[in-house]
Amino acid sequence: MNSWFSILNMVAFFPLVGILVILLLPRERISLIRWTALITSLITFGLSLVMLAQFDRSNPDLQMVVRAPWIQVGTWTIEYHIGIDGLSILLVLLTTLLTPISILSTWTAIEERVKEFMAFFLLLEVGMVGVFLAQDLFLFYVFWEFTLVPMYFLIGIWGGPRRMYAAIKFFLYTMAGSILMLLAIVWLALQMGTFSVPDLIARGGIPLNIQTWLFLAFAAAFAIKVPMWPLHSWLPDAHVEAPTAGSVILAGVLLKMGTYGFLRFNIPLFPEATVRFAPWIAGLAVIGILYGAAVSYAQRDVKKLVAYSSVSHLGFVMLGLFALNPQGIQGGLLQMINHGLSTGALFLAVGMIYERRHTREFDAFGGLWKVMPVYAALTLIITLSSMGLPGLNGFVGEFTILLGAFGSQAIGSPWFAGLAAIGVILAAVYLLYMFQRMFMGPLDKEENKRLKDLGWREVVTLAPLLILIFWIGLYPAPFFNLISPSVGKLVAAVQTAALAAH
Amino acid sequence: MLLREVVQGWGLFAYAPLIVGLPILGLLINMVLGRRLGERFTAIVASGAVGLSFVVACLQLAALLGHPEGARVPVADWITVGGLDVAWAIKVDTLSATMMLMVTGVSTLIHIYAYGYMHEDVRLNGDPGRFTRFFVYFNLFVAAMMILVSGDSFLTLFVGWEGVGLCSYLLIGFWFEKGKDGIGNALAAKKAFIVNRIGDLGFLLAMFLTFWTFKSLQFDRVFESAQALGAAAGGTITVITLFLLVGAAGKSAQIPLYVWLPDAMAGPTPVSALIHAATMVTAGIYMIVRTHVLFQLAPISSNIVVIIGAATAFFAATIAVAQFDIKKVLAYSTISQLGFMIAAVGMGAYVAGMFHLVAHAFFKALLFLGSGSVIQGIEHGHHAVAGHGEASGHFDPQDMRNMGGLRGRMRVTFWVYLIGALALAGIPPLAGFFSKDEILASSASTNIVVYVVLAAAALMTAFYMGRQVLMVFFGSPRSEAAAHAHENPPIMTVPLMVLAGLSILGGALNLPGVDTLGRWLEHVLESAHAVPFNPLVAALSTAIALLAIGLAWLLYGRKPLLENQPDPLARDLGPAFVGMQHKWWVDELYDFLVVRRYVWLAGFLANTIDWSFWHNWFHDRVIAQSFRAGTRWMAESFDLPVIDGASARLAEWTRSTAEGLRRLQTGRVRNYGIYILAGLVVMMGYFLLRSLS
Repeated sequence: MNSWFSILNMVAFFPLVGILVILLLPRERISLIRWTALITSLITFGLSLVMLAQFDRSNPDLQMVVRAPWIQVGTWTIEYHIGIDGLSILLVLLTTLLTPISILSTWTAIEERVKEFMAFFLLLEVGMVGVFLAQDLFLFYVFWEFTLVPMYFLIGIWGGPRRMYAAIKFFLYTMAGSILMLLAIVWLALQMGTFSVPDLIARGGIPLNIQTWLFLAFAAAFAIKVPMWPLHSWLPDAHVEAPTAGSVILAGVLLKMGTYGFLRFNIPLFPEATVRFAPWIAGLAVIGILYGAAVSYAQRDVKKLVAYSSVSHLGFVMLGLFALNPQGIQGGLLQMINHGLSTGALFLAVGMIYERRHTREFDAFGGLWKVMPVYAALTLIITLSSMGLPGLNGFVGEFTILLGAFGSQAIGSPWFAGLAAIGVILAAVYLLYMFQRMFMGPLDKEENKRLKDLGWREVVTLAPLLILIFWIGLYPAPFFNLISPSVGKLVAAVQTAALAAH
Repeated sequence: MLLREVVQGWGLFAYAPLIVGLPILGLLINMVLGRRLGERFTAIVASGAVGLSFVVACLQLAALLGHPEGARVPVADWITVGGLDVAWAIKVDTLSATMMLMVTGVSTLIHIYAYGYMHEDVRLNGDPGRFTRFFVYFNLFVAAMMILVSGDSFLTLFVGWEGVGLCSYLLIGFWFEKGKDGIGNALAAKKAFIVNRIGDLGFLLAMFLTFWTFKSLQFDRVFESAQALGAAAGGTITVITLFLLVGAAGKSAQIPLYVWLPDAMAGPTPVSALIHAATMVTAGIYMIVRTHVLFQLAPISSNIVVIIGAATAFFAATIAVAQFDIKKVLAYSTISQLGFMIAAVGMGAYVAGMFHLVAHAFFKALLFLGSGSVIQGIEHGHHAVAGHGEASGHFDPQDMRNMGGLRGRMRVTFWVYLIGALALAGIPPLAGFFSKDEILASSASTNIVVYVVLAAAALMTAFYMGRQVLMVFFGSPRSEAAAHAHENPPIMTVPLMVLAGLSILGGALNLPGVDTLGRWLEHVLESAHAVPFNPLVAALSTAIALLAIGLAWLLYGRKPLLENQPDPLARDLGPAFVGMQHKWWVDELYDFLVVRRYVWLAGFLANTIDWSFWHNWFHDRVIAQSFRAGTRWMAESFDLPVIDGASARLAEWTRSTAEGLRRLQTGRVRNYGIYILAGLVVMMGYFLLRSLS
């Protein structure tokens, strides 16, 4: 049971093997380094599929648990405690899928310091998977902060012109929230005598007024990461300056660490406070949805537009999670994946045109459909997925979220969902405007007339995302089946707690 | 005996999913092979796929003859989440089968026509490579439309609903680099999608409310519990149906959301015929008929439906009277006729609404395809002239002022167009007479005001059709292009002739006293009451139509319009004509009230609030400065013996990072990283030690 070679450990730490090999390779062997990184991440993905095969989808509890004492400090035991359940399995798979895709996207985009880049990238994967697996608060915190470091370097070294500013801002912002969370973690451990999340949940019994403070402290870390309005100010900088692969991971996975944090820690650890805060969180989420959509519309830089669209999309996720009913939470969880796929793919698409034109200003484009029909068609599908067209993945998530939020007792009023649904119109407004400015209208810029359409490598980069966009849109049952038992358990727990509080 | 069993057995229902599957198969084949194997191949695959869908629809008809109660053919699970259980399933009943037959039948004809039309169109527009793409979109549209009509729940209907909207977007923007300033078509496409999304918001809200009231989105279950709850849920049902009406107003181009449809004429003409006249725009009417159980429980909503429909019928007709673009006349006519149908279903005359829907599909598809034939005829003429270097400047092949006298040059087009126009005008015994008459008769027996409004709309309908036919086909050519126009090949004219036949005979679907369609739909619309044939109403509408045509002849027939001569109606109507011609400035009003407000608000939020205030001032100045001040204070006065040295280091790190915030580029990345890690360890150590001591 407690084997160090358990599949979860393999998934989490196999990239270290790749890093070791890359560090031993001479830095001039760029191609070899790239292939090593790609193959490492593909093997990691394969391992995560093995994990999926071993996953028992009828079991709502943590599975494949590895648990051992790690650090003994006085009477406390910090444990190495990892496990997986329906709340995290899709996010782990998303991480292991997006990593090789991102690495493939750097093939021609990253030419300098490839060795360091790949090492940091694989290191980042270790941190992200660790975040989703950790079941000990201290261990979680270590992984959580650990992801900051490689991302900081990815932006700071391989980023755009204002990369240092963006990297530092990203770092400080996230740190600021994390410190509050750390305080709360330490307080919890002091009072309850354990860092173990399942034990803390089982024990329960934290008085409501304390719960309130702890909830807010955790929320500070997670809300900045999501980012919830109005804490999003670091996001456009980080996204615009980050290299394409960094943006894909940032939007695809790192933001999900925030929403996941709410789901894994805030809701089950502080259920009464959760119920109390649900309308407030929903309110901020709705503002974020509408505000993000409006601000996206006014952008002149396509990457910035996509960055702000995340504020809007993640608002939907938060609204769903805090509906605290099965529809809302399952929709929210699925929408985390959907956003990772769609927005990840959008950032890849932006990167592809940036590599060709070295600009992301809408004014430089127009009529590209004519010269790059494959690129246009694929971008169109991604755009439609992002705006929630039925039959594609985004709709399944958005619809279930809004449906859940509309009838949510915790949120307490259908107005939240009703207003949020306006975001569906606004999404069409800014996304179609984006598509129009890039691909429609006359092809009147000289520089655009000889652009090359996508090559096979670029199509292969996007293909897995497109397949999943259709798959989840048309037949989401396998995905829902993975998450629904765990979500059901969580919802039941919150409801009992809420009832007990009354 | 065996055949009889097969025909009447449930077996045939099992083929129903093919009605969606075949067009999808067709588009996949064309996506892979279309460009390599040429236009003929593409057209045959696309038309063949839809034609086979029509065959499947006929099989469903046969199956329904034996089992009129219909069947639900499940295909796969879709969304199953906490009480919400929606599956991919095909619902075959007499109502959906009617739509299937009409849509696939008309689609097949238009696909064939489009082979001829697009062959020319892609060359006239200078990009023959786009031929295949057109048919891929066209097949996709048929598939989406079939999902729409066969959905057995609100949600699956909505999938088709948005799917047809997407196809509409793609096809309006088919020549995305053309139109006014090279961007006109793209803007029209975007407008169509966004206005439809506004309607879709209504649909979505209706679904949320339905689900939480009736705990299901499947039609049968919702209707069952709605009837069981009855008046107890009256208020909720009223709200639900009003939201549904918003959806219908978007898709079926009713006031106040009709504005997208005239712009949608930017699409190639077969698109206007198929999507924006015959099929997609009728989805709103179909949806109301499908959910009629709810509307019957909500008399307030039904009344509002009637008002919206009648107002739209009248309002759009006034605009149609004063248009010069041949397709714009037809577009406003379509909006007006959709208003007739909406009014009918609001009155509870569901059969009349469906009857007019089908009949209108025949003659409006005919008219649009006929106008396409005219436009291409004129374009040929224009090219023939331009080829000799005589034409110069901008020439609009859709402007009726550039036409005239085409009767002799395009004989087939003329005759079929005349039939379509007369059918639309409501001249007996053509299809439009019977279908429109049923609506008028129903309104005469329920609400005399509505009757008067609709009759006035009918008068204008006959007038603008008379005006159009006279301006286009009679008199003498008003341009060189019109003088050199010539008839199109049989691939285009044969489908026109078939549609003309249907426009003549379509009335037979539901002749007074026989009520074929009424009896057929009875299985779905148990409560639908047929209004008895009213000879007085019929005579009156015929008289109205003849009067209007006579009036048109007086103005445009007796003395045909000459080149550069203003419209005689402009003189007679004065300022009213200007209003009609400018579409009562509704687009300008919306632009002022909604579009510009939003653009301004978005810009204000993005530039002033989010960037200048929140990002630049609050974060980069206020927070950064106070952070710097705070860390200085820490470094100078905050001291702990245990971690003395480390604390200084921490402060040094925070100070220098804050400096970095100000000076942006210092480049000492590694150093920062080390400080950061060190700071982290120090802080954690600090807290741990604190808690231990």
